[in-house]
Amino acid sequence: MGKHLFMGGIHPPDEKKRTAQLPVEVAPLPERIFLPVSQHIGAPAKTAVKKGDKVLKGQVVATASGFVSVPIHSSTSGIVKSVGPYHHPMGAKQLAIEIEVDGEDLAAEPMAPIADPLNADPNVIKSRILEAGIVGMGGATFPTHVKLSPPPESPIDAVILNGVECEPFLTADHRLMLERGDDIMCGLKLILNIFGLERGFIGIEKNKPDAIAEMARFATQRGWCDIRGLEVRYPQGAEKQLIHAILGRDVPSGALPMAVGTVVQNVATAVAIWEAVTQGKPLIERVATVTGDGVNEPKNLLIRTGMTLEHLVTQAGGLTDDCQKVIMGGPMMGMAQHTLEVPATKGTSGVLCLPASQVRATGHRDCISCGRCVSACPMGLSPTTIFNLIDKDKVAEADEWSALDCIECGSCSYVCPAWIPLVQYIRYAKGRVMARRRELKG
Amino acid sequence: MSRTFFITSSPHVNDGDSIFRIMWSVVGALLPATLWGFYLFGMPAVRVTLITVAAAVISEAVANKMRGRADTTLDGSAVLTGLLLALNLPPSAPWWLCIFGGAAAILLGKQVFGGLGHNPFNPALVARVLLLVSFPAFMTNWAVEAGYLADAVSSATVLGEAKTFLMTPALGALPNVNYLDLFIGFRAGCIGEVSTLLLLAGGAYLYWRRIITIDIPLAFIATVFVVTTAAWGFAPDKYLNPMAHLMTGGLMIGALFMATDMVTSPLNTKGRWIFGFGCGLLTAIIRLWGGYPEGVSFSILLMNACVPLIDRYTKPRKFGFVAPAKGGE
Repeated sequence: MGKHLFMGGIHPPDEKKRTAQLPVEVAPLPERIFLPVSQHIGAPAKTAVKKGDKVLKGQVVATASGFVSVPIHSSTSGIVKSVGPYHHPMGAKQLAIEIEVDGEDLAAEPMAPIADPLNADPNVIKSRILEAGIVGMGGATFPTHVKLSPPPESPIDAVILNGVECEPFLTADHRLMLERGDDIMCGLKLILNIFGLERGFIGIEKNKPDAIAEMARFATQRGWCDIRGLEVRYPQGAEKQLIHAILGRDVPSGALPMAVGTVVQNVATAVAIWEAVTQGKPLIERVATVTGDGVNEPKNLLIRTGMTLEHLVTQAGGLTDDCQKVIMGGPMMGMAQHTLEVPATKGTSGVLCLPASQVRATGHRDCISCGRCVSACPMGLSPTTIFNLIDKDKVAEADEWSALDCIECGSCSYVCPAWIPLVQYIRYAKGRVMARRRELKG
Repeated sequence: MSRTFFITSSPHVNDGDSIFRIMWSVVGALLPATLWGFYLFGMPAVRVTLITVAAAVISEAVANKMRGRADTTLDGSAVLTGLLLALNLPPSAPWWLCIFGGAAAILLGKQVFGGLGHNPFNPALVARVLLLVSFPAFMTNWAVEAGYLADAVSSATVLGEAKTFLMTPALGALPNVNYLDLFIGFRAGCIGEVSTLLLLAGGAYLYWRRIITIDIPLAFIATVFVVTTAAWGFAPDKYLNPMAHLMTGGLMIGALFMATDMVTSPLNTKGRWIFGFGCGLLTAIIRLWGGYPEGVSFSILLMNACVPLIDRYTKPRKFGFVAPAKGGE
């Protein structure tokens, strides 16, 4: 069981009943897909195809353009229709490759499976992870090969797989643990091998007892993993909170998990690694939960990258008439989308559709200093103070009050009775603080 | 086919609470004590309450109009301020005192600072203290002319008698108190402060609704208890029994409903313990050695003034905090 409780946090209703028991269904191919060249944190990939090219499933259509970058693969076969700006989940339009799907789903020659993967050279595994375009699939989409290559001064002695899935509504990782338990376990072993470690951890919130039991079964069989059932509290799945809960180590302010010798990967990422190594399969599909009272038939879907939200919600019975908000990701940290033409990417863990009755109007009152945001903050910050300071343009003081430590989990906004969008203000404060720090550096 | 959607920054869900719900819940929590006041003190108490609340609400509406702000008269905060003030007035208060007090609470206590959230002091207490120092005779006239207690009790409060005896022993004696009567609320006093039982029930409801936290009331009441116990232990013939201190005056309504005002109390729990302790200490000092028989209002206001300082020095310890290395760079 998890040893340590993190401070703060909230208990939103988990809303997972809609889809927790529904096996993953394969989403059929759409007529078109749109592959943004930026599906990860870091440099966008460089386009490697042009209009009119025929592409096959798994073929590289954009190559990595630097260390913190990964290639993009076509998720099915078809003809490149256009290469140009297109809707992107992050808001502004970004370069994307539009492919007219031919429906044949013809696969390119796959990368050669790596023989005896559990004993393979770690560097071979790492370069395969890069070749396969694998990124953190919990939502942050940080290139996995980078995370697995810490500098020598930061030795890693603990690996944690994140199966917490603390975002309400989402059940993608939950289903993955129930349906692909052994693949997760083997993916973990590959990561452990990279660091020469014997045992790793998988953290799962206790609201998923079936997943804990299933993973514990494989853990016993395989013998290189400890399963930790964790207290149900948002944001239990946030990297720093998860490390605290399982290892009792606190990642210092401003540092990365490797500062405490720890690497955290999502369970879905582990499956992607295993598939890339054993089948030569690039990251072109993933599980996503299409859910909420704004769709008619919530589902867990195996989706391909580049499928539009339109296509995904259609598979889930379509939007209800009163659907007013469509969010890529979960309700706490997901991004609201203005159109269904937006494509799913490697980081799309879910599509949440909310009816008008569950969407709160904007407009807020002045802070009444109730202090609920302070109690809720899992980082021990004072959100209302940062909000008040940045509202008065006091950037230096916002920095002193640790605006940059905010992990944008949304707990403060969730509990605010004055309905102040605290996270939005703090995000703005972070931008201002970083700009100021750059200025001071000259 | 093109539908439009609502866009906001994350998070997209909330716990459903609002200023409106909080304010009206506090009003609801005060209702039992209010109705008890009506029962004890009769129509005059009803009149005082209605006039004071009306004056507060009308002042809020006028202030919003003058400041060109959105109307906030129904958000419950003006009603709550008016009600808290009324519950801290004697049932004999004349109508003009109620109007003056209600208006002063909203206008001088809150709106001059910029409305709800910007007031450094508890608005109801600002008005109460203003009335107390301006019209002391009206504010300490405990005569009861109607209701259950009509003419039944002496027109002095327990704390008043104790203070008189303390200052001029020749003029009186320590009052004899019946603790059960004090607990249930058979005593003279302000309209809403008399029933320890019903105030505790209201406070328990607010605690259950997570509108108040335990820190301020507990620190406040415990400090008063400890200090008055010490004084009483040294000189039981001179000072009032600590149990009487807990159940008289405005301690319960002050500790549970006034000191816990979100706007004017510290942001985090460490600060709230300090704040409650300060309130208790000052209350005990004023009651035992000050010129006034009662010190709850003054001590809460004094501690309100310390809140920005308390907040600054009780900055929460952030996750992953690493103490800067000592010595030079």
